[in-house]
Amino acid sequence: MTQANPEPTPPEMAGYKPFRPVLSAAAAVKWRLPHYLLAIAALTVAVPAVAQPPPASPAAEPGASEAAADVKSLPILMVRQLRPDRLPPLSLLDLPPKDDGLAGARLAIDDNNTTGRFLKQNFALELIESEDTVELIAEAKKRVEGGIGFIVTDLDAKPTLELADALKGLDAVIFNASAPDENIREEDCRANLKHTAPSRAMLSDALAQYLAWKRWGNWVLVVGPAPQDKAFAEALRRSAQRFGMKIVEERTFNYDPGSRRSDGGFEQIQQQIPTFTQKLPEHDVLVVADEGELFGEYFPYRTWDAKPVVGTAGLYPTSWHPAIELWGGTQFQNRFKRLANRNMRALDYNAWMAVRSIGEAATRKQSVERKPLIDYMLSPEFELAAFKGRKLTYRAWNGQLRQPIVLATGKMHVTVSPQPGFLHQFTELDTMGIDRPETKCRAYQK
Amino acid sequence: MTFLKTTAAIAALSLTSLALGASPASAYKVFISNEKENTISVIDSEKMEVIHTIKTGNRPRGIILSKDGKWVIVCTSDDNRMQVYDAETFQYVKDLPSGPDPELPILHTSGNPLYVSNEDDNLVTVVDIFKGTIITDVPVGVEPEGMGMSPDGKVLVNTSETTNMAHFITTDGYKNFDNVLVDNRPRVAEFKSDGSEVWVSAEIGGTVTIIDPADRKIKGKITFEIQGITKDAIQPVGVRFNQDNSKAYVALGPANRVAVIDAKTYKVEKYILVGQRVWNLGFTPDFKLLFATNGTSNDVTVIDAASDKAIKSIKTGRYPWGVVSGLTPVKAADTSAPK
Repeated sequence: MTQANPEPTPPEMAGYKPFRPVLSAAAAVKWRLPHYLLAIAALTVAVPAVAQPPPASPAAEPGASEAAADVKSLPILMVRQLRPDRLPPLSLLDLPPKDDGLAGARLAIDDNNTTGRFLKQNFALELIESEDTVELIAEAKKRVEGGIGFIVTDLDAKPTLELADALKGLDAVIFNASAPDENIREEDCRANLKHTAPSRAMLSDALAQYLAWKRWGNWVLVVGPAPQDKAFAEALRRSAQRFGMKIVEERTFNYDPGSRRSDGGFEQIQQQIPTFTQKLPEHDVLVVADEGELFGEYFPYRTWDAKPVVGTAGLYPTSWHPAIELWGGTQFQNRFKRLANRNMRALDYNAWMAVRSIGEAATRKQSVERKPLIDYMLSPEFELAAFKGRKLTYRAWNGQLRQPIVLATGKMHVTVSPQPGFLHQFTELDTMGIDRPETKCRAYQK
Repeated sequence: MTFLKTTAAIAALSLTSLALGASPASAYKVFISNEKENTISVIDSEKMEVIHTIKTGNRPRGIILSKDGKWVIVCTSDDNRMQVYDAETFQYVKDLPSGPDPELPILHTSGNPLYVSNEDDNLVTVVDIFKGTIITDVPVGVEPEGMGMSPDGKVLVNTSETTNMAHFITTDGYKNFDNVLVDNRPRVAEFKSDGSEVWVSAEIGGTVTIIDPADRKIKGKITFEIQGITKDAIQPVGVRFNQDNSKAYVALGPANRVAVIDAKTYKVEKYILVGQRVWNLGFTPDFKLLFATNGTSNDVTVIDAASDKAIKSIKTGRYPWGVVSGLTPVKAADTSAPK
């Protein structure tokens, strides 16, 4: 891809007709600024002086080119790893939509532009998506060399690090919106990598705090066979120790997922789960570690003992839930639904926070230049309002966004952690996840 | 005993004000919207107790009185409209139109029209309260919220919670002639009664920005520090000035305190401990008592403005949100109204 990409990609183009590499073809794509966008650009200038910006009126067109030149544009690149091999979750309700995450980024672009129209800033989303992460990283690097400074990723941990390394030394910052892995925040952290997705330790600490508050201190841990299940189990063990909980027994749930859909199945599961959970020691809760949502949902109401199920099924920790109406969340949910025609998921919210972070920095610094915005986001002055009832900030030691974690069932939230009584010297949000004294991250040290 | 002392203190205060030539102290009606309960609690400011409960539409929030004090106008947000109740009889009068999810209304200084922020559509709606019609809509930022009216009636200030701006709009022609960036999640815009300043609270930013309405320059910014309370929990919302604009009161949300600020030097003088998640504030018309709505603890705190002390908590409905105090004194008959 040789051409720089000075013209903003209209969000519509990025959102509805995603560009997919086929990377060789990408070089031929010429981004043209469509006529209607010029009219909109003209309007953005007119708004501070005009009471009611009408929908693109002919009157706005004369002088549109000068007006467009006045508006500073800030492109943001979203990099999506397509994962066709990933098994679908058990519940039909949980099948990921095609624009999972992307729709959240698009909403944030819209939100940024509503403020931007007052400041003559225009935000645009460019999208690249592929199954092939090597191609994705190469293309992302080209875009950065072409002038893009802000990247939001929906990538697994390994390609996230590869991308960070590929962009080393360039004026660009990556916002990891999806990978919860601890290592990319800790021993493998990178100075150009921030995380809006909560880490596994944050999620498990949020859950453990609530179980501690409930005094449900005896856990049975059921772990799936996948590496990410084991990683979450590891986070849970750490949280249990940290908050004085006891894992009285641990069992591995080995299974062959088979086909998700079959006309039947519950008859056998109703026999299997009680058998699997027989003869457990006295416990308060059964904690399931099944990140792929491939078997955990089988546990509630089927265990041998009448115990609540928590972890990745039953009561689960998440950065967002579609039923949250706390802290002015209703309007936020409504805006999302109008845009995407579906509920907002955690990945959407994480991507929204990433794109809004960039917008917030651009607003406060009144700039679209990469360097000042990247520096500002590293400074203690930076803060983000994200419908969580308090300001969110990035941890200075590893670039992780601190945030309250919602504990919810499928229907709605039960509570929000940090829980009352878990105190901290600086901010209670740091009672969840790896705190400064424990961090293994060195990349952020100056 | 405390109550007796309080009454005595109030009596003493009213004597002082008599000596100063102010109107004699009277019992006022204080109307509290209860967001979760769909009611308005009516409080007698002298007895300091709830004398009546009005059943309203869904999710009553912003609440004001008509200029003559005869109507209570409340945003019933989940019904996407406003409702009017008779301030004397507490009877339902009529509905007023608004945009989706109306939150805060304010009247033009002449008493009509009414301007209301619609949290869900980035618009401020202008409503004729007598005809019950929408005059026009004014586009603003994302999640419009706070509404301030300059004392000369010429300028309307609207804050937008996600755009983080105070939008200055002319009431003659509805021109959005300036936009001032403030801190995160601005909630309330309040003019001093002399029109010299407008104060904008930022809930998540944790600050109050003072803007000169003449040139829209930021004159100052107030931050808060309370021992034993983390910065995140200090979330300014409601702002009120006392009668001579010498003091400002700012409700600090989950910090459970109302800050008393010297409105000339912008120094915080005192923090008054109130109930949980205090959001909005309202003075009685004589400026002697300040009512603070405590959403999470289902009560209001009454603050004596002379001593800046909390003198009483009054249980209201669930999640009290807005507060306005009546110009009309409570009549004897009202006290026998059903509770």
